[in-house]
Amino acid sequence: MYTASFRYLRAASLAEAEALFMKTADARYIAGGQTLIPTMKQRLAAPAALIDVSRIAALSFIRRDRETVVIGSGTRHADVAASPDVRAAMPALVHLAGVIGDPAVRHKGTLGGSVANNDPAADYPAAVLALGATVRTTRRTIKADEFFTGLFQTALADGELISEIAFPIPRHAGYAKFPHPASRYALVGVFVAQFEGGVRVAVTGAAPCVFRAAEMERALSASFTPDSVARVTVSPDALNSDLFGSAEYRAHVVTVMAKRAVAAARS
Amino acid sequence: MAQLSMTVNGAAVRADVEDRTLLVHFLRDHLRLTGTHVGCDTSQCGACVVHVGGRAVKSCTIFAVQVDGEDVVTIEGVAPQGGLHPVQAAFQEHHGLQCGFCTPGMIMTAIDMLKRHKRPDEATIKRELEGNLCRCTGYLNIVKAIQAAASAS
Repeated sequence: MYTASFRYLRAASLAEAEALFMKTADARYIAGGQTLIPTMKQRLAAPAALIDVSRIAALSFIRRDRETVVIGSGTRHADVAASPDVRAAMPALVHLAGVIGDPAVRHKGTLGGSVANNDPAADYPAAVLALGATVRTTRRTIKADEFFTGLFQTALADGELISEIAFPIPRHAGYAKFPHPASRYALVGVFVAQFEGGVRVAVTGAAPCVFRAAEMERALSASFTPDSVARVTVSPDALNSDLFGSAEYRAHVVTVMAKRAVAAARS
Repeated sequence: MAQLSMTVNGAAVRADVEDRTLLVHFLRDHLRLTGTHVGCDTSQCGACVVHVGGRAVKSCTIFAVQVDGEDVVTIEGVAPQGGLHPVQAAFQEHHGLQCGFCTPGMIMTAIDMLKRHKRPDEATIKRELEGNLCRCTGYLNIVKAIQAAASAS
Protein backbone atom coordinates (compact mmCIF):
# COMPACT_ATOMS: atom_id res chain seq x y z
CA MET A 1 0.00 0.00 0.00
CA TYR A 2 1.43 3.30 -1.01
CA THR A 3 -1.21 5.80 -0.07
CA ALA A 4 -2.34 6.56 3.44
CA SER A 5 -5.68 5.07 4.42
CA PHE A 6 -8.78 6.94 3.36
CA ARG A 7 -12.51 6.43 3.10
CA TYR A 8 -13.90 6.19 -0.41
CA LEU A 9 -17.27 7.78 -1.05
CA ARG A 10 -19.06 8.01 -4.37
CA ALA A 11 -21.40 10.84 -5.32
CA ALA A 12 -24.24 10.39 -7.80
CA SER A 13 -24.88 14.12 -8.24
CA LEU A 14 -23.18 17.46 -7.64
CA ALA A 15 -25.55 18.16 -4.75
CA GLU A 16 -24.67 14.85 -3.12
CA ALA A 17 -20.96 15.49 -3.65
CA GLU A 18 -21.13 18.86 -1.91
CA ALA A 19 -23.24 17.45 0.91
CA LEU A 20 -20.74 14.64 1.44
CA PHE A 21 -17.90 17.15 1.40
CA MET A 22 -19.56 19.31 4.04
CA LYS A 23 -20.07 16.46 6.48
CA THR A 24 -16.73 14.70 5.93
CA ALA A 25 -13.57 15.95 7.59
CA ASP A 26 -10.49 16.39 5.41
CA ALA A 27 -12.16 15.21 2.22
CA ARG A 28 -11.02 15.72 -1.35
CA TYR A 29 -12.87 15.26 -4.59
CA ILE A 30 -11.49 12.81 -7.09
CA ALA A 31 -12.42 12.82 -10.78
CA GLY A 32 -9.93 11.16 -13.15
CA GLY A 33 -7.34 10.95 -10.39
CA GLN A 34 -4.42 11.18 -12.81
CA THR A 35 -2.72 13.85 -10.70
CA LEU A 36 -4.25 13.19 -7.28
CA ILE A 37 -3.43 9.48 -7.14
CA PRO A 38 0.29 9.90 -8.01
CA THR A 39 0.39 12.70 -5.42
CA MET A 40 -1.20 10.42 -2.82
CA LYS A 41 1.20 7.58 -3.72
CA GLN A 42 4.09 9.88 -2.93
CA ARG A 43 2.25 10.86 0.26
CA LEU A 44 2.35 14.49 -0.74
CA ALA A 45 -1.39 14.33 -0.16
CA ALA A 46 -3.17 12.17 2.41
CA PRO A 47 -6.83 13.12 2.57
CA ALA A 48 -8.98 11.24 5.10
CA ALA A 49 -11.68 10.73 2.47
CA LEU A 50 -12.08 10.77 -1.29
CA ILE A 51 -15.39 11.76 -2.83
CA ASP A 52 -15.56 10.29 -6.32
CA VAL A 53 -17.39 12.58 -8.75
CA SER A 54 -16.31 10.70 -11.87
CA ARG A 55 -19.57 8.80 -12.24
CA ILE A 56 -21.83 11.84 -12.33
CA ALA A 57 -22.98 11.30 -15.90
CA ALA A 58 -24.42 14.82 -16.20
CA LEU A 59 -20.91 16.29 -15.96
CA SER A 60 -19.70 14.63 -19.13
CA PHE A 61 -20.86 16.53 -22.21
CA ILE A 62 -19.77 18.83 -25.01
CA ARG A 63 -22.23 21.44 -26.25
CA ARG A 64 -21.68 23.91 -29.03
CA ASP A 65 -23.60 27.15 -28.81
CA ARG A 66 -23.39 30.02 -31.28
CA GLU A 67 -20.45 31.76 -29.67
CA THR A 68 -19.13 29.23 -27.18
CA VAL A 69 -18.23 25.61 -26.72
CA VAL A 70 -19.39 24.42 -23.31
CA ILE A 71 -17.68 21.36 -21.87
CA GLY A 72 -18.81 19.50 -18.76
CA SER A 73 -16.19 19.28 -16.04
CA GLY A 74 -16.28 15.47 -16.03
CA THR A 75 -15.46 15.21 -19.74
CA ARG A 76 -12.35 13.13 -20.37
CA HIS A 77 -9.44 14.55 -22.33
CA ALA A 78 -9.83 11.72 -24.88
CA ASP A 79 -13.43 12.76 -25.54
CA VAL A 80 -12.49 16.41 -26.12
CA ALA A 81 -9.62 15.28 -28.38
CA ALA A 82 -12.04 13.17 -30.44
CA SER A 83 -14.92 15.67 -30.59
CA PRO A 84 -15.93 16.83 -34.10
CA ASP A 85 -17.84 19.77 -32.53
CA VAL A 86 -14.79 21.07 -30.70
CA ARG A 87 -12.61 20.45 -33.75
CA ALA A 88 -14.91 22.53 -35.94
CA ALA A 89 -15.06 25.41 -33.45
CA MET A 90 -11.54 25.51 -32.05
CA PRO A 91 -9.10 22.90 -33.35
CA ALA A 92 -6.46 24.24 -30.95
CA LEU A 93 -8.43 22.85 -28.00
CA VAL A 94 -8.65 19.44 -29.67
CA HIS A 95 -4.89 19.57 -30.20
CA LEU A 96 -4.29 20.57 -26.58
CA ALA A 97 -6.51 17.80 -25.19
CA GLY A 98 -4.71 15.30 -27.42
CA VAL A 99 -1.25 16.14 -26.10
CA ILE A 100 -2.09 15.86 -22.40
CA GLY A 101 -0.20 12.96 -20.83
CA ASP A 102 -0.64 9.86 -22.98
CA PRO A 103 -3.64 7.89 -24.31
CA ALA A 104 -4.23 6.03 -21.02
CA VAL A 105 -4.05 9.23 -18.98
CA ARG A 106 -6.42 10.94 -21.44
CA HIS A 107 -8.95 8.13 -20.93
CA LYS A 108 -9.23 9.03 -17.25
CA GLY A 109 -8.24 12.66 -16.77
CA THR A 110 -10.98 15.30 -16.82
CA LEU A 111 -11.24 18.96 -17.76
CA GLY A 112 -12.59 19.96 -14.35
CA GLY A 113 -9.95 18.02 -12.47
CA SER A 114 -7.13 19.60 -14.43
CA VAL A 115 -8.46 23.13 -14.05
CA ALA A 116 -9.38 22.79 -10.36
CA ASN A 117 -5.97 21.36 -9.54
CA ASN A 118 -4.17 24.18 -11.41
CA ASP A 119 -0.89 22.33 -11.70
CA PRO A 120 1.68 24.86 -12.92
CA ALA A 121 2.57 22.52 -15.80
CA ALA A 122 -0.96 21.45 -16.77
CA ASP A 123 -2.19 22.19 -20.30
CA TYR A 124 -5.85 23.13 -19.84
CA PRO A 125 -5.27 26.24 -17.70
CA ALA A 126 -3.49 27.81 -20.70
CA ALA A 127 -6.59 27.31 -22.88
CA VAL A 128 -9.00 28.50 -20.20
CA LEU A 129 -6.99 31.68 -19.64
CA ALA A 130 -6.11 32.46 -23.27
CA LEU A 131 -9.67 31.90 -24.48
CA GLY A 132 -11.07 33.97 -21.62
CA ALA A 133 -13.33 31.10 -20.64
CA THR A 134 -15.98 31.20 -17.95
CA VAL A 135 -15.80 28.60 -15.19
CA ARG A 136 -19.24 27.65 -13.90
CA THR A 137 -19.33 26.04 -10.47
CA THR A 138 -21.93 24.70 -8.10
CA ARG A 139 -22.19 28.20 -6.64
CA ARG A 140 -21.35 30.86 -9.24
CA THR A 141 -19.48 31.72 -12.42
CA ILE A 142 -15.85 32.78 -12.36
CA LYS A 143 -13.98 34.53 -15.17
CA ALA A 144 -10.72 32.89 -16.22
CA ASP A 145 -8.78 36.06 -15.34
CA GLU A 146 -9.93 35.70 -11.74
CA PHE A 147 -9.76 31.91 -11.49
CA PHE A 148 -6.08 30.97 -11.36
CA THR A 149 -4.61 32.59 -8.27
CA GLY A 150 -1.28 30.87 -7.63
CA LEU A 151 0.63 27.61 -7.36
CA PHE A 152 -2.08 24.90 -7.20
CA GLN A 153 -4.41 27.71 -6.06
CA THR A 154 -7.70 28.79 -7.59
CA ALA A 155 -10.64 31.00 -6.70
CA LEU A 156 -12.66 27.88 -5.79
CA ALA A 157 -13.89 27.86 -2.20
CA ASP A 158 -13.73 24.76 -0.01
CA GLY A 159 -16.12 22.18 -1.38
CA GLU A 160 -17.02 24.18 -4.48
CA LEU A 161 -17.08 22.06 -7.65
CA ILE A 162 -16.69 23.05 -11.28
CA SER A 163 -19.74 21.97 -13.29
CA GLU A 164 -18.79 23.22 -16.76
CA ILE A 165 -16.50 25.58 -18.62
CA ALA A 166 -17.66 27.84 -21.45
CA PHE A 167 -14.98 28.61 -24.05
CA PRO A 168 -15.64 31.58 -26.37
CA ILE A 169 -14.98 30.57 -29.97
CA PRO A 170 -11.97 32.52 -31.25
CA ARG A 171 -11.26 33.63 -34.80
CA HIS A 172 -8.01 31.67 -34.66
CA ALA A 173 -6.18 29.88 -31.86
CA GLY A 174 -3.09 27.74 -31.48
CA TYR A 175 -1.31 25.81 -28.76
CA ALA A 176 2.32 24.76 -28.76
CA LYS A 177 4.02 22.91 -25.96
CA PHE A 178 7.46 21.65 -25.18
CA PRO A 179 6.65 18.49 -23.22
CA HIS A 180 8.72 16.95 -20.48
CA PRO A 181 9.87 13.78 -22.27
CA ALA A 182 8.72 11.34 -19.57
CA SER A 183 5.71 12.92 -17.87
CA ARG A 184 4.46 14.82 -20.97
CA TYR A 185 3.64 17.77 -18.70
CA ALA A 186 4.42 21.14 -20.25
CA LEU A 187 7.93 22.36 -19.60
CA VAL A 188 6.49 25.36 -21.42
CA GLY A 189 3.16 25.62 -23.19
CA VAL A 190 1.77 28.70 -24.95
CA PHE A 191 -1.84 29.16 -26.06
CA VAL A 192 -2.66 32.10 -28.34
CA ALA A 193 -6.23 33.11 -29.19
CA GLN A 194 -7.25 35.81 -31.64
CA PHE A 195 -10.63 37.47 -31.14
CA GLU A 196 -12.20 40.43 -32.87
CA GLY A 197 -11.17 42.59 -29.95
CA GLY A 198 -7.55 41.45 -29.76
CA VAL A 199 -5.23 38.59 -28.96
CA ARG A 200 -4.82 36.78 -25.65
CA VAL A 201 -1.71 34.76 -24.83
CA ALA A 202 -1.41 32.39 -21.86
CA VAL A 203 1.74 30.62 -20.75
CA THR A 204 1.79 27.42 -18.69
CA GLY A 205 4.67 25.33 -17.34
CA ALA A 206 7.05 28.25 -17.10
CA ALA A 207 6.01 29.84 -13.82
CA PRO A 208 4.34 28.78 -10.55
CA CYS A 209 0.98 29.62 -12.12
CA VAL A 210 -0.37 30.06 -15.65
CA PHE A 211 -0.09 33.73 -16.71
CA ARG A 212 -0.88 36.09 -19.58
CA ALA A 213 1.99 37.55 -21.60
CA ALA A 214 0.90 41.18 -22.03
CA GLU A 215 3.69 42.29 -24.36
CA MET A 216 3.06 39.34 -26.65
CA GLU A 217 -0.65 40.16 -26.66
CA ARG A 218 0.12 43.74 -27.75
CA ALA A 219 2.50 42.60 -30.49
CA LEU A 220 0.09 39.96 -31.79
CA SER A 221 -2.93 42.27 -31.65
CA ALA A 222 -1.00 44.61 -33.96
CA SER A 223 0.13 41.82 -36.27
CA PHE A 224 -0.86 38.18 -35.83
CA THR A 225 2.31 36.60 -37.25
CA PRO A 226 5.08 34.46 -35.74
CA ASP A 227 7.57 37.21 -36.64
CA SER A 228 5.83 39.77 -34.50
CA VAL A 229 6.58 37.79 -31.30
CA ALA A 230 10.01 36.59 -32.41
CA ARG A 231 11.76 39.31 -30.46
CA VAL A 232 9.30 39.60 -27.58
CA THR A 233 10.57 37.89 -24.45
CA VAL A 234 9.18 37.33 -20.99
CA SER A 235 11.34 38.12 -17.99
CA PRO A 236 12.95 35.04 -16.40
CA ASP A 237 12.69 36.69 -12.96
CA ALA A 238 9.53 34.96 -11.79
CA LEU A 239 9.94 31.76 -13.83
CA ASN A 240 10.57 28.23 -12.58
CA SER A 241 14.08 26.85 -12.45
CA ASP A 242 14.62 23.12 -11.94
CA LEU A 243 16.49 20.04 -13.08
CA PHE A 244 14.76 20.20 -16.46
CA GLY A 245 15.32 23.83 -17.34
CA SER A 246 16.58 27.09 -15.88
CA ALA A 247 14.39 30.18 -15.74
CA GLU A 248 16.42 31.72 -18.59
CA TYR A 249 15.92 28.60 -20.69
CA ARG A 250 12.19 28.59 -20.01
CA ALA A 251 11.96 32.30 -20.93
CA HIS A 252 13.61 31.50 -24.26
CA VAL A 253 11.27 28.56 -24.89
CA VAL A 254 8.21 30.75 -24.19
CA THR A 255 9.09 32.87 -27.23
CA VAL A 256 9.75 29.79 -29.36
CA MET A 257 6.44 28.20 -28.35
CA ALA A 258 4.59 31.48 -28.90
CA LYS A 259 5.90 31.62 -32.48
CA ARG A 260 4.84 28.01 -33.07
CA ALA A 261 1.41 28.60 -31.51
CA VAL A 262 0.79 31.55 -33.82
CA ALA A 263 1.98 29.54 -36.82
CA ALA A 264 -0.40 26.72 -35.81
CA ALA A 265 -3.26 29.19 -35.38
CA ARG A 266 -2.72 30.56 -38.89
CA SER A 267 -2.41 27.18 -40.60
CA MET B 1 -12.96 -1.83 3.43
CA ALA B 2 -14.86 -1.92 0.20
CA GLN B 3 -16.87 -4.74 -1.29
CA LEU B 4 -16.07 -4.98 -4.96
CA SER B 5 -17.78 -6.75 -7.75
CA MET B 6 -16.55 -6.48 -11.29
CA THR B 7 -15.93 -8.54 -14.38
CA VAL B 8 -12.31 -9.49 -15.00
CA ASN B 9 -11.51 -11.23 -18.28
CA GLY B 10 -15.14 -12.23 -18.63
CA ALA B 11 -15.52 -13.75 -15.17
CA ALA B 12 -17.46 -12.20 -12.30
CA VAL B 13 -15.18 -11.32 -9.38
CA ARG B 14 -16.14 -10.37 -5.83
CA ALA B 15 -13.71 -9.30 -3.14
CA ASP B 16 -13.26 -7.20 -0.02
CA VAL B 17 -10.33 -4.82 -0.30
CA GLU B 18 -9.04 -1.77 1.48
CA ASP B 19 -10.25 1.42 -0.15
CA ARG B 20 -6.65 2.38 -0.91
CA THR B 21 -5.86 -0.76 -2.93
CA LEU B 22 -4.66 0.18 -6.40
CA LEU B 23 -6.20 -1.74 -9.28
CA VAL B 24 -2.81 -3.17 -10.26
CA HIS B 25 -2.32 -4.64 -6.78
CA PHE B 26 -5.85 -5.98 -6.76
CA LEU B 27 -5.17 -7.77 -10.05
CA ARG B 28 -1.74 -9.06 -9.07
CA ASP B 29 -2.05 -9.80 -5.36
CA HIS B 30 -5.71 -10.69 -4.94
CA LEU B 31 -6.52 -12.28 -8.30
CA ARG B 32 -2.97 -13.52 -9.01
CA LEU B 33 -3.12 -12.05 -12.50
CA THR B 34 0.57 -11.21 -12.57
CA GLY B 35 0.79 -10.50 -16.29
CA THR B 36 0.01 -6.87 -15.51
CA HIS B 37 3.34 -5.41 -14.40
CA VAL B 38 4.40 -2.64 -12.06
CA GLY B 39 7.22 -0.74 -13.72
CA CYS B 40 7.80 2.88 -12.82
CA ASP B 41 4.82 3.14 -10.48
CA THR B 42 4.56 6.82 -11.38
CA SER B 43 2.05 6.69 -14.28
CA GLN B 44 4.76 7.04 -16.90
CA CYS B 45 5.93 3.63 -18.15
CA GLY B 46 2.68 1.89 -19.10
CA ALA B 47 3.70 -1.63 -17.99
CA CYS B 48 0.45 -1.75 -15.97
CA VAL B 49 -1.97 -0.85 -18.78
CA VAL B 50 -5.26 -2.76 -18.70
CA HIS B 51 -8.66 -2.05 -20.26
CA VAL B 52 -11.51 -0.75 -18.13
CA GLY B 53 -14.83 -0.40 -19.92
CA GLY B 54 -13.03 -0.98 -23.20
CA ARG B 55 -10.45 1.78 -22.74
CA ALA B 56 -6.75 1.55 -21.89
CA VAL B 57 -5.90 2.89 -18.44
CA LYS B 58 -2.88 2.73 -16.16
CA SER B 59 -3.85 0.34 -13.37
CA CYS B 60 -1.24 1.85 -11.03
CA THR B 61 -3.14 5.13 -11.21
CA ILE B 62 -6.64 4.04 -10.30
CA PHE B 63 -8.02 2.54 -7.11
CA ALA B 64 -9.73 -0.83 -7.42
CA VAL B 65 -12.81 0.59 -5.72
CA GLN B 66 -13.19 3.13 -8.55
CA VAL B 67 -13.58 0.22 -10.97
CA ASP B 68 -16.42 -1.38 -9.01
CA GLY B 69 -19.05 -2.72 -11.42
CA GLU B 70 -16.83 -2.27 -14.47
CA ASP B 71 -15.57 -4.65 -17.10
CA VAL B 72 -11.80 -5.17 -16.84
CA VAL B 73 -9.58 -6.95 -19.36
CA THR B 74 -5.94 -7.78 -18.65
CA ILE B 75 -3.25 -9.34 -20.82
CA GLU B 76 -4.45 -12.75 -19.58
CA GLY B 77 -7.84 -12.12 -21.15
CA VAL B 78 -7.06 -11.01 -24.69
CA ALA B 79 -6.30 -14.32 -26.40
CA PRO B 80 -8.73 -17.06 -27.39
CA GLN B 81 -8.31 -20.34 -25.50
CA GLY B 82 -4.98 -21.90 -26.40
CA GLY B 83 -4.11 -19.25 -28.96
CA LEU B 84 -2.74 -15.76 -29.31
CA HIS B 85 -4.41 -12.43 -29.95
CA PRO B 86 -3.39 -11.11 -33.40
CA VAL B 87 -1.34 -8.37 -31.70
CA GLN B 88 0.44 -10.98 -29.55
CA ALA B 89 1.10 -13.06 -32.66
CA ALA B 90 2.53 -10.01 -34.43
CA PHE B 91 4.83 -9.21 -31.48
CA GLN B 92 6.09 -12.80 -31.61
CA GLU B 93 6.53 -12.78 -35.38
CA HIS B 94 8.33 -9.40 -35.49
CA HIS B 95 10.35 -9.85 -32.32
CA GLY B 96 8.50 -6.98 -30.65
CA LEU B 97 10.03 -7.79 -27.28
CA GLN B 98 13.44 -8.25 -25.77
CA CYS B 99 13.27 -8.75 -21.99
CA GLY B 100 9.47 -8.75 -22.18
CA PHE B 101 8.77 -6.67 -19.09
CA CYS B 102 6.97 -3.88 -20.94
CA THR B 103 5.22 -6.28 -23.33
CA PRO B 104 1.86 -6.77 -21.55
CA GLY B 105 1.40 -3.00 -21.36
CA MET B 106 2.57 -2.54 -24.94
CA ILE B 107 0.08 -5.11 -26.18
CA MET B 108 -2.83 -3.70 -24.17
CA THR B 109 -1.98 -0.22 -25.48
CA ALA B 110 -1.64 -1.54 -29.04
CA ILE B 111 -5.04 -3.28 -28.92
CA ASP B 112 -6.63 -0.06 -27.65
CA MET B 113 -4.83 1.96 -30.33
CA LEU B 114 -6.03 -0.31 -33.12
CA LYS B 115 -9.63 0.15 -31.98
CA ARG B 116 -9.29 3.88 -32.61
CA HIS B 117 -6.93 3.80 -35.61
CA LYS B 118 -7.64 1.11 -38.19
CA ARG B 119 -4.46 1.62 -40.25
CA PRO B 120 -2.13 3.79 -38.17
CA ASP B 121 1.00 5.11 -39.85
CA GLU B 122 4.36 5.00 -38.12
CA ALA B 123 4.02 8.52 -36.70
CA THR B 124 0.59 7.73 -35.23
CA ILE B 125 1.86 4.51 -33.63
CA LYS B 126 4.80 6.34 -32.07
CA ARG B 127 2.55 9.09 -30.75
CA GLU B 128 0.10 6.55 -29.35
CA LEU B 129 2.98 4.75 -27.59
CA GLU B 130 4.04 7.87 -25.70
CA GLY B 131 2.79 6.39 -22.45
CA ASN B 132 4.71 3.11 -22.78
CA LEU B 133 8.41 2.84 -22.12
CA CYS B 134 10.68 -0.03 -23.23
CA ARG B 135 13.95 0.07 -21.35
CA CYS B 136 15.49 -2.32 -23.88
CA THR B 137 14.64 0.44 -26.40
CA GLY B 138 13.11 -2.17 -28.66
CA TYR B 139 10.74 0.33 -30.21
CA LEU B 140 11.48 -0.36 -33.88
CA ASN B 141 10.15 -3.89 -33.74
CA ILE B 142 7.27 -2.91 -31.49
CA VAL B 143 6.16 -0.37 -34.10
CA LYS B 144 6.68 -2.95 -36.85
CA ALA B 145 4.60 -5.51 -34.94
CA ILE B 146 1.73 -3.08 -34.45
CA GLN B 147 1.79 -2.13 -38.13
CA ALA B 148 1.72 -5.82 -39.06
CA ALA B 149 -1.16 -6.51 -36.68
CA ALA B 150 -3.09 -3.59 -38.19
CA SER B 151 -2.69 -4.80 -41.74
CA ALA B 152 -3.48 -8.41 -40.74
CA SER B 153 -6.83 -7.47 -39.25
